Amino acid sequence: MTDLYQSQRAMRNMRRAAMQRGVVAILDVGTSKIACLVLRFDGIEDDRDQDGVGPMAGQSSFRVIGAATTRSRGVRFGEIAVMNETERAIRTAVQAAQKMANVRVDHVIACFSGAEPRSYGLAGEWELQDSVVTEQDVARVLAACDVPDFGDGREILHAQPVNFALDHRSGLGDPRGQIGNRLACDLHMLSVDASVVQNLLYCIKRCDLELAGIASSAYVSGISSLVEDEQELGAACIDMGGGATGISIFMKKHMIYADSVRMGGDHVSSDISKGLQVPLVVAERIKTKHGGVHATGMDDREMIEMGGDSGDWEKDRRQISRTELIGIMRPRVEEILEEVRARLDAAGFDSLPSQQIVLTGGASQIPGLDGLASRILGQRVRMGRPLRVQGLPQAATGPAFSSAVGLCLFAAHPQDEWWDFDIPAERYPARSLKRAFRWFKDNW
Amino acid sequence: MQSLSRNRSLPANGIRRDPAPSRWQYRMQRLWLTPLFRVVCRLGLPLTVVALIASGVLYSDARRAAIVQSFVDLRTKFEQRPEFRVGLLSVEGASRDLTDAVRAKLALKLPQSSFDLDMTELRARAEALDAVASAELRVRSGGVLQVILTERVPVVVWRGATGLQLLDATGHRVAGLSARADRADLPLVAGEGADAAMPEALAIFDTARPIAPRVRGLIRVGERRWDLVLDRDQSILLPSVNPVAAVERLLALNASDKLLERDILSIDLRNQDRPAIRLAPFAMNEVRRAQGLAPTTESGL
Repeated sequence: MTDLYQSQRAMRNMRRAAMQRGVVAILDVGTSKIACLVLRFDGIEDDRDQDGVGPMAGQSSFRVIGAATTRSRGVRFGEIAVMNETERAIRTAVQAAQKMANVRVDHVIACFSGAEPRSYGLAGEWELQDSVVTEQDVARVLAACDVPDFGDGREILHAQPVNFALDHRSGLGDPRGQIGNRLACDLHMLSVDASVVQNLLYCIKRCDLELAGIASSAYVSGISSLVEDEQELGAACIDMGGGATGISIFMKKHMIYADSVRMGGDHVSSDISKGLQVPLVVAERIKTKHGGVHATGMDDREMIEMGGDSGDWEKDRRQISRTELIGIMRPRVEEILEEVRARLDAAGFDSLPSQQIVLTGGASQIPGLDGLASRILGQRVRMGRPLRVQGLPQAATGPAFSSAVGLCLFAAHPQDEWWDFDIPAERYPARSLKRAFRWFKDNW
Repeated sequence: MQSLSRNRSLPANGIRRDPAPSRWQYRMQRLWLTPLFRVVCRLGLPLTVVALIASGVLYSDARRAAIVQSFVDLRTKFEQRPEFRVGLLSVEGASRDLTDAVRAKLALKLPQSSFDLDMTELRARAEALDAVASAELRVRSGGVLQVILTERVPVVVWRGATGLQLLDATGHRVAGLSARADRADLPLVAGEGADAAMPEALAIFDTARPIAPRVRGLIRVGERRWDLVLDRDQSILLPSVNPVAAVERLLALNASDKLLERDILSIDLRNQDRPAIRLAPFAMNEVRRAQGLAPTTESGL
């Protein structure tokens, strides 16, 4: 635990250093594509002195100066399966983005969708020594959270304090300086497979880059595609990627649950490939050009050439109707959505006051998906696109880039995580110089 | 069965479908995007190479000397072109003697390149001659070095410690003189420091024009004031301040009383309020006899 604490703190310092230098890269390692954006920070604007969020939602501080996308290689279910291939793909994307930005990038903030994220809700309580809540008290209450046994070989990706309660007043964002006797907090913790993180770290290191932050893609696509009131009132973001579908539930501008379904658009393609006996590339093309989930009478007459180069005339001249294609695609899409439904039910999404669901991600672009999704997930479903950020090329504004854009916002305005708070003084090693220093600071 | 079209997964033209930069290519691009590296490559490297080559070439003494020599040769060759050659010296605006003197003084070895002529020095040398008031030197087209002289005009003869000399209006020496009779037309001045007060002397001569036939000359006394000497050994002692006014006064006295025609040895005008006259001994005795006094025996005083 302390190890992770240290590494996350190191990452945070690195991110701060990158912000100082003004250039940081965003890397979205997906199953179907790897996107790299280069951000330039014009200066960390201090928006603490103004109330609420400004008209630009704090996005005026950065600008996208380079963007590149490449086909992903060696990634399955959002996890790195073939290290060399993935490294090559990352190199391609980073090089192209650097070339566009004409600047060298050393720090990279990455996100990935796989690694079986698991959400834990933690609670902690702390009796205040003197009645005013200090930073030390916040640190202590966070330390007092009883950490569940999340298993061997897993690591904590996010640990965000979601809610603070002081005596019987709940829903405090920032309890510091308030007066009470008993401080309680709720913490949302997301653990992922450690080996996946290790692999990603290794891959990025092999590209001569330094990892300045890491995030779950379900979380960051929620940041970018949910609008502000949805984040406030409660909504779920379904990020339908190539190999994995991420689910994140937001409430009061905090993520309170995240999960992922290990199915995505690539499975639809592979179904088409198997069902129609065509190569995966052709299946992908047919899916994107003619795909759908809702068949009409018109679709019976729309014939799709499948092509092929087997040399057999009969095989190469095959045609299928669009209805047949939809017949292949729909069960798989339904399966994904039903799986999502199950996860949402398990998370208790039903009990949320607002049950908005936002579909985003590359696979959400199937025509007619919103109709199908509303039948399975509930009435309030909408298609989400990422927020517009400054300097983003037109080609990168689609729903497939919602996690990349979300990562930009995450980089510009990171949420307070557990490791952003001070370590409680008791936890320091006994002879720590810091402890002596702190003693001086507290007493003089 | 053989496929009719080319295998799409590996095209025959060698371009891979998933192009990726090699590790080294990637690193080189990143290196090239490093600002310091770019500056060093674009500015530092060429400068270093140039500096290295230059220092390598200039390392040997002989080569350095050769480079210097080649520049000197080039310069010499340019200077020796016929366009810049001066072959003739023409001295104008002076008498033959002075012209010869100037030629001798300049002592130019002609022909010579005009770049080698130090005009300032030549001018100083020409003006070092007393008889030359100013010299103007210019190289005319056709390779002629023209010297236009302005001669000093002698206005007085000065009998000084070193002999007779001709002076111009500013008191500058023009030439020596062997005999006073050679320039009988010029007035004579004498005494130490007479040349320094030449404008004043000329003004006195100018004022004394009405009695010019009688004027023998001016004597500078004590480098301070003038004595105007007339014939019959008459001398007029002028004050050191404003002697011209004193001369005018003398002329006025002379016009009214014919003072200078009388038997007078000197008139002392040094004190403006009390001019004094010294009579000749004979006249003095005559005056005393007329007054019924005994004549003085001593004749000189």
